[in-house]
Amino acid sequence: MSGDGRPGDMRPLPAVPGERPPKPRPAPVPEPEAAEYWKAARDGRLVVQRCDDCGRHQLYPRARCLACGGPVSWVEASGRAVVYSYTVIRQNYARPFRDWIPYVVALVDLDEGPRVMTNIVGCDPEAVSVGMAVRARFEPVSEEAGIALFEPA
Amino acid sequence: MGGHVVSQAARRGRQACIVGVGETPYAKWGGITDSSEYQLAVRAVLAALDDAGIAVDEVDGLASFADDRNEATFMAADLGIAELRYTSMSWLPGGGGACAAVSNAATAVESGQADVVVVYRSLCQGQFRRFGRGPGNAAPGPVGGGDGRGPGGSGGAEGPVRPRRTPVVRRARSLLEAHVAFTMPFGMFGPPIAYAMVARRHMHRFGTTAEHMGAVAVSTRAHAQHNRRAIMSGRPMTMDDYLASRPVSDPFRLFDCCLESDGACAVVVTTAERAADTRRGAVDIVASAQGTVRGFGHGQYSNVSMPDDDYASAGARSVAARLWGRAAIGPGDIDVAQIYDHFTALVLLSLEDFGFCGRGEGGPLAASGALGWPDGALPTNTHGGSLSEAYVHGLNHVVEGVRQLRDESTCQVRDAETVLVTSAAGVPTSALVLGRR
Repeated sequence: MSGDGRPGDMRPLPAVPGERPPKPRPAPVPEPEAAEYWKAARDGRLVVQRCDDCGRHQLYPRARCLACGGPVSWVEASGRAVVYSYTVIRQNYARPFRDWIPYVVALVDLDEGPRVMTNIVGCDPEAVSVGMAVRARFEPVSEEAGIALFEPA
Repeated sequence: MGGHVVSQAARRGRQACIVGVGETPYAKWGGITDSSEYQLAVRAVLAALDDAGIAVDEVDGLASFADDRNEATFMAADLGIAELRYTSMSWLPGGGGACAAVSNAATAVESGQADVVVVYRSLCQGQFRRFGRGPGNAAPGPVGGGDGRGPGGSGGAEGPVRPRRTPVVRRARSLLEAHVAFTMPFGMFGPPIAYAMVARRHMHRFGTTAEHMGAVAVSTRAHAQHNRRAIMSGRPMTMDDYLASRPVSDPFRLFDCCLESDGACAVVVTTAERAADTRRGAVDIVASAQGTVRGFGHGQYSNVSMPDDDYASAGARSVAARLWGRAAIGPGDIDVAQIYDHFTALVLLSLEDFGFCGRGEGGPLAASGALGWPDGALPTNTHGGSLSEAYVHGLNHVVEGVRQLRDESTCQVRDAETVLVTSAAGVPTSALVLGRR
C-alpha cells in the first residue's frame, strides 16, 4: 500500500483504523496496437506514433497514419506540453477517485502535436489554467502499463 | 437516399411526415419500478399509434438509435405486428441519433420499403446503468434517495453517499466507451467531464460565463413548469438557485447537467397519402441531415483531437449546412427550436453551429432572453428539454417539435410554422426541420 490515493503521490499512507486501504487507479488493458505505449510509460518514457511517410505524430495508437495512410513507428516525445482545456472534478463516487476530489482532468497539447488526456498534478487545482506549460511524469499502474501525468513545467 | 425506383408522382404521395407522438410517464432514474424498460418501449409505441389513430396492424417498420436495448424484432411480437418489413438502428452515438432515427424512418417510407414506421427510445436508468457514472461501472444504483439526478449523484447533497467499486477498464469498442484505457485511469468518467472541458475552452476563447449557461437552465426549467409531464414540474428555479447548485465538474454545476431518468417515447412516420385520414393530421419532415466530418474520433475520446474551431463547438456545422441546404430555409425562418440539452453550454454551441448567432455569441444570445417562452425571439426547449422534462436521448425533443406544429404544446408558440430539432452536440449528430402542413 502506498500513496494517499492522490494522483502522482506514491508516498506511504499511515494506516487509519476502520478506513479501507486506498484503491489503485484502474489499470489500462493494453490493446495490441497500444501495448508499446503503455510499456514505455511503465518505463518512464512518453511515446507517440510518427508517420514514416509524412512525419505527422498521432495518439491514440492506430495501425496506420490517419493523415496519409502511411506506416507508423513509435518515437519518444519530449514530454513538454501546454494545457488545452481542463476541468476540476468536484464529484465522483467511484473509488479511488472520490478520495482525490478535487482533482484535475485535462487535455494537454504535446509539443509534437497530439492532444492527450491526463491529470494535472503537483499543484493546487485552482492554479491550473489554459495555456499553462506542463511536463510529463510517470506512474506505474500494473506490470504491463504506466500512465503519463503532467505537472507544472 | 432510396426512392430510385419510385416515380416522381408516387414519391409526392409518399412524402414522409409525422402523424403520431406518444410517451410513457417520465420519472427520475429508478422511479419506474412497475414496468420493465422493454414494456415501456411497447407502451410508448402504442401511445403514439393511438395518437395517430393508426392500428398496430398497419405498422411494418421500427427504428431506433443509441443502442436501444429493446430489439425491434422482439418488440414486433408484443406489438402484434403482422409483417415487419423494415428495421434500423442509427450508429450515431447516444443522443446523436434521435433525429437520424426519424430520418431513417422517413427514408424507408419514401422509398416504399415500409408504410408506417414507428421510431422509439426507451431508457430506464434505474433498471440499467446511468450514463453519468461512465463506462464500466454497471451496478444499478438504489431506487430513490437523494435528488436522483445529475452525474454520479446517488444521494448527492441530500442523502448518504455510497462508495462505488473501482470501475473496470474494458477494451475500446465504441466511440462513447472509447479508448477507456486512455481516459478512465485519469478519473475521466464520461460526458459531464468531457463536455466540461469543451465548455471551458469555449469560455476561454469567447468569454462565455456561468450566467450564460445559467440562462439556458433557467429558461428551460421555466418551460417545464407548464408541462405536467416534466420531471421538474413544480420545481421552479431562479438564477440564484442555479448558481448555488453544487459544483460537479468545473465549470459545470449540477443544474448544467441533464436529468437522468426513466421513460420512453415514440414517433409515428408515414406517407403523406396515409396521413390524410389520421386523427391529428400530419407534420412535415421538411429536411434532415446526419453525420460528422473527418477527424472526429482521432484522439483518445470523442472530439478531443478536433481542431480548436471544431472542439469548442457543437461539432454540427457540416450537418447544419446540409440541413439548411435541403430545407431551402435558414435559421432566420425558424419559429421554435428544440435543441439537445445534455449540458447547458452545449445548447449555446448548437445555437452557434446552426447559425442563430455568430461564433462565441451563444452565451449573450441566451442571456438576452431569446430562448424563453413566450417573449423570446427563439423559444427553445418548450417542453423543458433533457434538463427539466426527461432524458430520453432527445426523442422527446422531436415529440415537442410535433406538438408545437399541432398547437398542442404547453408553451405554445403562436402560429409556429417551422421547428428545428437537433440531436446531441459534441458527438456525430443529426437534425430535423419540421414544418406545419
